[in-house]
Parts: sequence; C-alpha cells; structure tokens
Amino acid sequence: MQMSGAQMVCEAIIAEGVTTVFGYPGGAIMHVYDEIYKQEGFEHILNRHEQASVHAADGYARATGDVGVAMVTSGPGFTNAVTGLATAYMDSIPLVVISGQVPSHLIGTDGFQEIDAVGISRPCTKHNFLVRSLEELPRLMKEAFYIARSGRPGPVLIDIPKDITVDIGEFIYPDGVNIPTYKPTYKGNQKQIDKAVEAIKIAKKPLLYIGGGVVLSNASYLVRALAEKTQIPVVETLMARGVMGAKNPLLLGMLGMHGNYASNMAMSETDLVISLGARFDDRVTGKLSEFAKYAEIIHVDIDAANIGKLVDVDYPIVGDITEVVESMMPLLDDVDTERYEAWRNILNRYDALHPQSYVDSDEVIKPQWAIERIGELVGENAIITSDVGQHQMWAAQHYPFDRPRQWINSGGLGTMGFGFPAALGAKKAFPDKTVINITGDGSILMNMQELVTAAEYKIPVINLILNNHFLGMVRQWQTFFYEKRYSETDLTFQPNFKALAEACGGIGYDVNTKAEFDEAVKDAIKQDKVCFMNVIVNRFEDVLPMVPSGGALFNMMLPQTTQNTQEA
Amino acid sequence: MTKSLNERRVISVIVLNESSVLARITALFAGRGYNIESLTVAPIPDSDMSHITIATNGSAKVMEQITKQLHKLIPVYKVIEHEEMVEKEMVLAKFPINENLADISVLALAYNGGVVNVGKDMIIVMVADEPKRIKHFIEASGRYNPCEIVRGGVVAIER
Repeated sequence: MQMSGAQMVCEAIIAEGVTTVFGYPGGAIMHVYDEIYKQEGFEHILNRHEQASVHAADGYARATGDVGVAMVTSGPGFTNAVTGLATAYMDSIPLVVISGQVPSHLIGTDGFQEIDAVGISRPCTKHNFLVRSLEELPRLMKEAFYIARSGRPGPVLIDIPKDITVDIGEFIYPDGVNIPTYKPTYKGNQKQIDKAVEAIKIAKKPLLYIGGGVVLSNASYLVRALAEKTQIPVVETLMARGVMGAKNPLLLGMLGMHGNYASNMAMSETDLVISLGARFDDRVTGKLSEFAKYAEIIHVDIDAANIGKLVDVDYPIVGDITEVVESMMPLLDDVDTERYEAWRNILNRYDALHPQSYVDSDEVIKPQWAIERIGELVGENAIITSDVGQHQMWAAQHYPFDRPRQWINSGGLGTMGFGFPAALGAKKAFPDKTVINITGDGSILMNMQELVTAAEYKIPVINLILNNHFLGMVRQWQTFFYEKRYSETDLTFQPNFKALAEACGGIGYDVNTKAEFDEAVKDAIKQDKVCFMNVIVNRFEDVLPMVPSGGALFNMMLPQTTQNTQEA
Repeated sequence: MTKSLNERRVISVIVLNESSVLARITALFAGRGYNIESLTVAPIPDSDMSHITIATNGSAKVMEQITKQLHKLIPVYKVIEHEEMVEKEMVLAKFPINENLADISVLALAYNGGVVNVGKDMIIVMVADEPKRIKHFIEASGRYNPCEIVRGGVVAIER
C-alpha cells in the first residue's frame, strides 16, 4: 500500500500493538503528528516536557513488560529525551523513541534544531538508527521494536529526517527480522548448569542473589519455586523488590548500601552466591575485595559482558533466567534442604538481632511510618513509583512489595524527576490500580509540569511528597562525612505544594499528623484527579542501615534504637 | 598476574559495513576507558562486512570486557582475540634526495619494502613488516633525516 513515511511510522506502531504513545510535537516531526491526528489506532499523551514523555513510556514498559513508545522532535526535543533514554538504558527497559531530524539535505549544515541525535545517544541506547531512505523505514521500525524487547532489553532510538516522513512509497511491514549480527543467547549451557547444580548441592551456606533481570525475564514465579524447593535464603537488589514477596519467609530483604543487616551479613558469610539477573553494582557490593569473600559464585545473566565484569565467577551461565532456572529445577529434585538449616538459623538470628527498624514518633511523621502506612492502606493493589534519594531507599526498605512490576524506580542512573511521569505511564497501563509516586520535596520539582498532563488527561496518580525541606540524601552524607556543612541542600524555601497542585488542575493536601495522613490518603484514592500530598516529615531522619561508600558490606551503620533528636 | 597487566593484544572485529559502525566501536573504547594503539578498517571482499583490526592493551580482565562489550554492539558479527597470528604494518617514509640513496634503498629492502617514488627533492620508500620490526626501521631511518613518516596501522590474520 502506498503511503507517506509519517503514515508508515503510525502503521508500524499500530502493528506492534502499541496503544499509548507519549510525546511532544515540533517542526521536524510534524508530518508524523499530522498522521497521529488522523488515526485511531493508538492514543497520544502530550506531556509538558520531552524528558517526561520518555519516563512515562518507561513507566508504562516497566509496569507491563511491553515496549514503551515516545516521540519527540529534533534538536532540543531530542536532547531533552536523553536523560530518559539513559535512565531506561541503565535499567534495561525496552523503549522505542522516535525523534524527528532536519531534512536529509540539511544534515551536517548546522540547520535549525539540528543535533547529531545518533551520536549523542550512542552510549545511552541499546542501538540507534538514522533512517537514510524511505525504503528502509519499515524494516528499521520492525528491527527497533525487536532489538528493544529481545535479549537484554533496552531503549532504541530511531531518528527520522523530515523529508523521509513526507516521501511516499510502498509499505509492507515485515513479519520478522533477520539481523545476522544479533543473536541473543537464551538457553544456558547445560554442562555449566549441571556443574552449578552440583555446587548448590554441596554448599553449606548458599544464597540466592536476585536482581532486576528476574523481573525483566518474568521469572519471579520460577525463582520463588526454586527458593521454595531448595529452602535457600534470598536477598533482593533494589531492582528486584517484589520478586519474592514481602511475606516470603525465605526473603532476608534488600542488600547493599542501604540493605538490612541480615542480607548484608548473609552476603558476607555465604559460601555460594547464586546470582540470578543481578550485575554486582557498586551500590550492592561495597568494597569488592570483601564482597562474598568466602563464596564461589554462580552468575546467570543474559548479557555475557556482565559476567566477570566486577567479580570473578566460578560458574558463568549466559542465558535467560526463565530458561536457565527451568533447566535447573528438575536437577534439584533430590536436594537436601536440611543441609542449609543451620545456615538459615544463623541468618534468622542476625535478623532478630538487627531487624529493619526505625523509632516512631507521636510528635512528627516519620517517613518510614508513612511508607508502611501506605502499604497497610493500599498494599497489594498499588503500583509504587519513586524518585531518587532518601524516600526511594525508605520505600524500598519499608513498603511490603508482593509482586514484580509493583515497584518502579530509576535504580541504575538514579534519575530525580523519574517518578511522576513514570507513574503516569503505569496508570495509563493499569487504570484500575492505585498508582503512588513516593517522592521528596527535591525530586518532585524536577518534573512538576506533569501536573498539567495528569490533570488534562485525568490520570489520577498520587504524589506522596515526603517533605523534609532538604535534599535529604545529600544532607545525610553531609551530616556523616562533611561535618554537617549543609552546602546547597537546604530547601526551606519551597513552593506551596497544595496551591501548586490546585493551580494546575489537581488536588493538594497538607499533612502534618498521622490522622491527617490517613484522611488524605483515603480521600486521594477516591478522587479522579492527580494530587500532591505534602507530608511534613522529621527533618533529620537518616536512611539506615548504611554501608559508607567503598566500605565492606558487613561494616554497617545501624539504626538507633532511641529517638533521634539531632538538630542542625 | 603481573605479567598479564597491560599486555599488548590484537583483535579483529568483523562488522556489518554500514554507516556509523566505526563510530560505535571507537565510542565504546573512549566511553569505557580502553586504549587504542592502532586501528585499521577496510571492507571484506565480496561481502557486506568490514574487517577492523585493533591493537590495544590491558589486563586479561580488561581484554575480556573489551571483547564482550564489542560483541554486544548490534552490527558486530564476530570478535577474534588473536592468539596465533600473522601481523603486518605498512609504513611510508620520505627522505631528502641528497641523503645516501643506496643506503636508504637497502634499508627499505631489509624491512620487506623498497623505493616507491623518486622526485626532484624527495625519495619515498615503503616497508611492510611486523610492528616490532617497523619500530626498528623507524629507529634506523632516523640517521637519514626523514621528512615524514606515515604508519598504516596493524592488520592481522589468524594462522
């Protein structure tokens, strides 16, 4: 069928089954927007900033597991999208981002709104394309979606010069792709799997170390079954929260810089690490030479480059978690679960010694209390997104996540401003679920313009602002490591959050007490409007436990057991 | 272990011959802090692929990462970390005509080359040899006051 390049873009998006596109128009992408106006195959959400469009598509992708799609124009439209691409890249999130480009004959002439998009995005995309001709456009669209979702997922940019969107040609959307240089490995090497299983059987203190790859592979039910069958204790990374379910007795908690005592001690004393879809990030390992010092390591990862990158691995297995764990399961039929009982008892004693805790207060709302209370009030039905900082760590520590894809946050890049637009994406995907962005008074301002988007499209997400009038995480480091010199972290001057939300068509709540908190949350859930819930929390609350940067995991600063009365 | 530190290695990368593929490779080296000592690229005859030869250095661990990261790039078909290889580099050198031309000619011959051009003021020689021998040639040519030396970069093929 004959059609314009712009129409081909829309037809390809529809053929891929995409129902929601987030974006922002501009000169170079106008022909595509003209076709968007005419079609009815998908809905377009106009964010108020391109960064938010990409984060929203990202939130949609994390909540569903499908490819998220965002569309931006050339030049500043694209550069605004770069943070979104990098965020998705670091967390391996499947996205297709379509950017307009100046017409082919102007490329390289410093044209109006021209920037080298493929050059800039090369290190923060899984792959990118500059479309050279109309003939290759359908194939490249197909390849973009395929590359984004296959293997280790990631964002793909497709940069389309304006003249190609105008040209008319034959549109045949390919059924499949054939990229001779790209063949992801899904099935693990059976010999290595056999060896790894033998190692599990002879270990005394094995530990399952679960990462975001389990979520991406939709392998949570399998990993739960593996833990259940072997009775091996489990630690989760930040990206894996929800995989095991908070109530699972085998789950020790989250490990790493803000991991709980039992998890970090387990990693320090284990004799066999079974790493599934985790990448030994520095925020997880602490000092590498002390990390899992007494352990052999099984590392299962779909990305061969992750294996052996930071720690030496004894049993490397390149493959998809689902496939590998499926092949492991029958080989473990005769596993002796009694064997690990002494180990489980040690870890339970560690947990009893220093449980994840905080000292509550009647005078002021503690941020940890607010998060636990949200968990009690909405629990399983909610999807929780977050921004970056103290509130993110408290949410990861204290929210009772009980399924994968319930917890959406920027783990790798640590992007402040991610949570609100990501919540919009998640809510578009699951309109019946309560979607709450747990955020701080610093982060929320980085994409607050999305109030307008949320109000216009009636996307009622709750922004729970844990307001300590500080850039809290940086303030915490300044307290611990910079002799309380609070350089540029005091946010005492801030907007009237309630009035701000109302000015943009949303609802605002000012919350100072626990009673007000309950009331506000119950009211906000019933509303069909976006809200800012401004919760004034204890100013100098710290995220604990904490492993100081570069320290060994077992050297944790632990929570105080009495009231923190620290003043500035 | 100390032996493996900053060992010189040559790798061949077979890539789809498409636009910006070389930029992807060099950007990877720059972005991840790997070193490029020499890089050559040319299309493989009768195919849609190109052969890139990269001389680099690093510990065994770094080499493993370089290989794996290269392989992750979508247009990369194959990465060969050379163990047993034939390795050659070509050099062009220009000398003033008033130098001892017989000596220069013999020098070029000794390093697998010869005189390729003689002009009014200059003589140009070409040599092609192993990188270590090329270093010797450049040292030896110093006494004839070369005006310009252009190295071609390493190419390698597995034995």
